[in-house]
Amino acid sequence: MTQEGWTRKDLIGIEDLSVPEIQLILDTAESFKEVSERPIKKVPTLRGKTVMNLFFEPSTRTRSSFEIAEKRLSADSLNFSSSTSSLSKGESLVDTALNLQAMAPDLIVIRHGHPGVPHMLAERIPAGVINAGDGAHEHPTQALLDAMTILQHKSQLEGLNVSIVGDIEHSRVVRSNIHLLNKMGAEVTLAGPRTMMPVEVEKLGVKAVYTLDEAIKGADVIMILRVQLERQSRMAFPSTREYFNLFGLTRERLKRAKRGVIIMHPGPMNRGVEIASDVADGPYSVILEQVANGVAVRMAVLYLLAGAFQEAA
Amino acid sequence: MKLVVRGGRVVDPSQDLDGFLEILIEDGCIAQVDEKVKGIRGAEIYEAHGMVVCPGLIDMHVHLREPGQEYKETVRTGTLAAAAAGFTSVACMPNTAPVIDNRSVTEHVMKEARVAGFARVFPIGAVSKGQKGEELAEIGEMVSAGVVAISDDGFPVSNAELMRRALLYSQHYDIPLIQHAQDLDLSAGGVMNEGEWSTRLGLPGAPGSAEDVMVARDVLLAEDTGGRYHVAHLSTARSLDMVRRAKAQGLSVTCEVTPHHLLLTDEAVSKSGFSTNTKMNPPLRSESDREALLNGLADGTVDAIASDHAPHHTDEKDVEFSVAPFGVIGLETNLSLCLDRLVRPGIISLSRLVELFTAGPARVLSLPVGTLEPGSPGDLTIFHPNRPVTIRAKRFRSKARNTPFEGWRLRGRPVATILGGTLLNRPKN
Repeated sequence: MTQEGWTRKDLIGIEDLSVPEIQLILDTAESFKEVSERPIKKVPTLRGKTVMNLFFEPSTRTRSSFEIAEKRLSADSLNFSSSTSSLSKGESLVDTALNLQAMAPDLIVIRHGHPGVPHMLAERIPAGVINAGDGAHEHPTQALLDAMTILQHKSQLEGLNVSIVGDIEHSRVVRSNIHLLNKMGAEVTLAGPRTMMPVEVEKLGVKAVYTLDEAIKGADVIMILRVQLERQSRMAFPSTREYFNLFGLTRERLKRAKRGVIIMHPGPMNRGVEIASDVADGPYSVILEQVANGVAVRMAVLYLLAGAFQEAA
Repeated sequence: MKLVVRGGRVVDPSQDLDGFLEILIEDGCIAQVDEKVKGIRGAEIYEAHGMVVCPGLIDMHVHLREPGQEYKETVRTGTLAAAAAGFTSVACMPNTAPVIDNRSVTEHVMKEARVAGFARVFPIGAVSKGQKGEELAEIGEMVSAGVVAISDDGFPVSNAELMRRALLYSQHYDIPLIQHAQDLDLSAGGVMNEGEWSTRLGLPGAPGSAEDVMVARDVLLAEDTGGRYHVAHLSTARSLDMVRRAKAQGLSVTCEVTPHHLLLTDEAVSKSGFSTNTKMNPPLRSESDREALLNGLADGTVDAIASDHAPHHTDEKDVEFSVAPFGVIGLETNLSLCLDRLVRPGIISLSRLVELFTAGPARVLSLPVGTLEPGSPGDLTIFHPNRPVTIRAKRFRSKARNTPFEGWRLRGRPVATILGGTLLNRPKN
């Protein structure tokens, strides 16, 4: 395992990363995958390092994934979630950050509902900061684990047609994926209701279509996004039934897909809203592989950042 | 008390003056403007060689935060900032606590301004009681106390019927209604301009159309009523176009733009790394909007440049972008920014810039200042057209530091401010 080429203190977004940096994370993740397959799933790599997981938004999957990655690397980790943090006592985010920094963590993993918060922390504290999702902005480890999953089924990302379907506007997953896939040479098509498509999205180097059939046609990879019912301040569609009729991925519609297509979903799924159960559990689905790869990618990121931190210190 | 200012280039667009002239101020008023003024025995002489001398500048849109939010700014600190930056007159918005919606609050603000003595303060009264958008405030009472316009700034007048009524009623006092034009349903939740950058950053956007639909509605009501209607901090190409057409039609429709909308776009939110000093309302718009505003300056559609000086405490701004309050300060950056970024590249002439800060706003608000006509108040601004300056918020006289222009290196800066014939502080640094 080489750390050569990794100099960043933080992982805030895919947008800032270079192709070699993305490649390095993916290669490192590949080598960590094997740890999770051992009978004793632990390596001493991050012994003596302290990692804080700050989750200001509910999360099961991402938080568990980071925690497991930290434990398998032998880091000391602790968790703050919004219900137990001082935020409920009216403390500002900056003060919370400075207080946590006073306990000298090596890395901070943060999930926050507001875009820009990981950036804000990273500027102010010496610990490495990993963005575990900031509002609808970025979720870099998700895009990395998605890339890793695609590469288990396709020889390369370059030239692949990837369609991402659903609630584009509220999705941080889509933004990180767009940046990553564009950088790696894939063609990205977005599909979803017009009321969920952010304006001027073409300027991000993607194509926008407004029917599911157009998204399915010719796609090597179909990524279905979770309809974030909890984030809709104004309902962008009249009912989940209508949504399912327009954009729900069913076996029937999948008949028009290219041979060898894979179906992905960042979870948690709304079965019967954006995806039918027989697709989610069907032969093209790689959804659980995504979850498994999440641990490896997060181990890689923790490992690279902890190393970079050490060198900088 | 006599003061002579001589040796400088005198620019007074209200009289089409631009030349090397002398100015005599006597008993607080402009007495003579001539190649050689007479009767200067005993007068204090200010040598303004190499400088530009113009009527005292007016910022027709500031928030002085008093009463009620003195931790952000006070009448004293706000006018001190104005004086340091060459502004002898400011018009302050009524979104204080309590709101300037009656005689006594108006009088309080004016008294604080007199006591401080740094600048003339022209309060703007609320359109509606408590700025609630329901009943008309006592406009006549406020006008007799000194209010020069009405506005629910910060809170758009959403109710079309109230807007119509206010446009009718305000004509009894011949004052303009200043609208913060924003459809609150269209802009709901937005923390920046809706466009490529909100899409990239994942921040909720407020579309330009939120401003446009309001301006469109209001221009129609101004046409129906004949009222004087002024668009505050106009920020979009389409709204500007509607003002342009309304003017051509002969309506009493005017507008102001801010330096930040003229010089920055929504890309700044990304470039600054989510700096909350790029968050204001209306938000920084697209490059094509910005270019349209520049054209509006040049072609005469824009009546005034105003800062929308909106002081906030550092603790309030040092938070997540989405939850930070809207607003930036501008009094102490206005002049240098405009000299360097508008006049130096030739977008507008020096005399047009002076007009946008003097005769323009004076005309919108029917103020007795902004001119060197004999008998007018003896307010002058003396500035150096290209002396370099670097924006440093820590040197501001304002209590607030929330500027998006920190570190900008500019040429052109205020040198001295004369208020009613008295030479005020010369800016240090």
